[in-house]
Amino acid sequence: MTTSRAAAILLAKELRLEFRTRELLTTTVIFALVVVVLFSFAFEPTAAESRRYGPGLLWIAFLFAGSLMLNPSFAREQSNETLDALRMAPIAPFAILLGKMLANFVFLAVAEAILVPVFAVLYNVSFSGVAGRLILVLGLGTLGLVITGTVFSAISAHARMRELLLPLLLLPILTPLLIASVEATASLLAEQPELDRTWVAFLAGFDIVFLTASWLMCDYLLEE
Amino acid sequence: MKGRITLVLVASALMVFAGFAALYVAPDEKTMHAIQRIFYFHVPSAICSFVAFFIVFVANFAYLATRKPKWDWLGVAGAEVGVVCSTIVLITGPIWAHPVWGIWWTWDARLTSTFVMWLLYMAYLLLRGFLDDPQRKAMFSAVFGIFAFLDVPLVYFSNRLWRTQHPQPVILGGSNSGLDPMMGKVLLISFVAVLCITAVLIADRYRLEQLRSEFEELRFRAESRYAERASKIPQAAREARVE
Amino acid sequence: MPGSESALTQRSAISFVAEQIALGEPRANSQPSERGPAGNSIGITFENVEKRFGLLVALRNISLEIRSGEFVALLGANGAGKTTLLRMAAQLMKPTTGSVALTGTGPKSEDARGFIGFVGHSTFLYDEMSAEENLHLFAQLYGLSDASARAAAALTACGLSSRAGSLVRTFSRGMRQRLAIARALLHEPRLLLLDEPAAGLDRQGLAWFGSTLERLRAEGCTILMSTHARNESLDLATRAVALAGGRIERDSGISGDPAELLAELRSAQGREA
Repeated sequence: MTTSRAAAILLAKELRLEFRTRELLTTTVIFALVVVVLFSFAFEPTAAESRRYGPGLLWIAFLFAGSLMLNPSFAREQSNETLDALRMAPIAPFAILLGKMLANFVFLAVAEAILVPVFAVLYNVSFSGVAGRLILVLGLGTLGLVITGTVFSAISAHARMRELLLPLLLLPILTPLLIASVEATASLLAEQPELDRTWVAFLAGFDIVFLTASWLMCDYLLEE
Repeated sequence: MKGRITLVLVASALMVFAGFAALYVAPDEKTMHAIQRIFYFHVPSAICSFVAFFIVFVANFAYLATRKPKWDWLGVAGAEVGVVCSTIVLITGPIWAHPVWGIWWTWDARLTSTFVMWLLYMAYLLLRGFLDDPQRKAMFSAVFGIFAFLDVPLVYFSNRLWRTQHPQPVILGGSNSGLDPMMGKVLLISFVAVLCITAVLIADRYRLEQLRSEFEELRFRAESRYAERASKIPQAAREARVE
Repeated sequence: MPGSESALTQRSAISFVAEQIALGEPRANSQPSERGPAGNSIGITFENVEKRFGLLVALRNISLEIRSGEFVALLGANGAGKTTLLRMAAQLMKPTTGSVALTGTGPKSEDARGFIGFVGHSTFLYDEMSAEENLHLFAQLYGLSDASARAAAALTACGLSSRAGSLVRTFSRGMRQRLAIARALLHEPRLLLLDEPAAGLDRQGLAWFGSTLERLRAEGCTILMSTHARNESLDLATRAVALAGGRIERDSGISGDPAELLAELRSAQGREA
């Protein structure tokens, strides 16, 4: 069975599990909303100010919400040792990791799809005309977050204090991603919106580097 | 043992010599005067923190390739000493900057990268602290270490790109241009001194980890032997009764 | 753990050798089936395997050749290393030194996992999915073309089809164990590894499990089962291997009769109790 087919099966399983309870999704969205509201006390949300601080705030909300949401990814597989059941199946170990990365991407994407319009309304920011390019930037940034976050959730699932450990590991690693995503988003909100190719290329590079690293090291991550 | 004592003495002597040179031999800088002398320890510490970081990377890679515990020992030794070097850089930097430029800190590429590198070191050490099983600890910290090493150039470049788009008024590395030859010599001496100290510290920390591992093994063996003997006593009593 | 060595080490060397000579003649009904589906049978060979967890040595000097079609009963007290051995056979972990190799025609190293079924201490089931969904998932992962049909058939076979749509979370212990066994058998494995599979099974489950084992034996499936000596399923075994302290203490051998070893261990356990 090919890795992608196995990953697709596992993605379907993750989605089925999550959409049945929706606890993870709801909590993530609510938490990100809380962050967005809290930030409103940090500066005066006029149009100009929002355009200046908005992208940063948005991405910080995603980072925080994401790093909380990624923990259960592997932790859930520990009851009944279902991760071992997956490892015993005749599928590549990377399929397991990839399936979870894709699932986490979908969850975070759904959360962002809800949050971005809410943010636009609350902070009087207009995304009209740049929607397509914004989706590209959001996609690449979220991908980087999800790739590294899934790997670290596999690590922190075995550690004590995993809820605290995951953001601790993840956020320093993601500083380049944060800079790139915020800058790319900001240039889309500028007076003359344009897609900053340098930053988009940087994001793509970041994603490729860490996806490759995950692929090379996935055996070490999953072994007993 | 003797070799290590000699090394420590040599490194200490070099350090004292470098300190003396930095304080008295090096010429006074035109604009910054005395405070500039921190530069003789700030720059070498920075270089040594990168060297330590590279050692951690090599150790992590080697551990994943060979699974030999000694590479894990080297990794933790390099990381701890690297944290110390980075901390020195992050403290001496602002001490130097404040009287000279009036600000404690600026978010230029170099400083930000150093700070993030410090955070990554700390995350590495904290991760080890929260993992109990020794094999998992070594394995996962090696994986994280490699990710961290891959990340640092990305941190640096993203900050560079960002800062060229939003130029900052102050750049801290300006003193490198046109270095007085005597200053250069003192810098070299202090660099050698700091490098020696770093090497000695890493070697010592490695040895500590090695000894700790040996101790654990001895204790484990002693405990199992004790448990074996203790449980054989009722066994013997029972056998005596049956026969 | 040290206590378990007493029963086995008390036998004197002479009586052990005498027993081996007497057992030289293989009994007809305990011959391991070599007929089995041609080309599909697999065996497993452990060569000088040692497994350490940090400083703890869980297995040492394990050299064991299990031929295709054998039904090996793995015996020993808790902590003797049975679970570690089985997990290693299931490819869940690698030995620290030595090698574990699957023998027999057919499976290459990647596909080999598709021929192995494992029932472990945990159920390997997703509590928040239904019985049918669980089996369907694993049927897909094992590459079975008619996944839904196979899942449904497995549920009927183990008597859980009435609860097919219920979440596993709502199942009783016996039902979960039945489902766990059904999961392991779903892809018709040629090597079945069982770690105390009867634990928690209710009467209905035990009956089903017993008849399933008999069927698999007849089909030539290689079975390695760990259990306590009092278990009735052991009557089907063609060979008994006893572990103690991570080593192989006794092995009734490929052509030997396991009944003696089993009887001996049963009485030893009776004495200790």
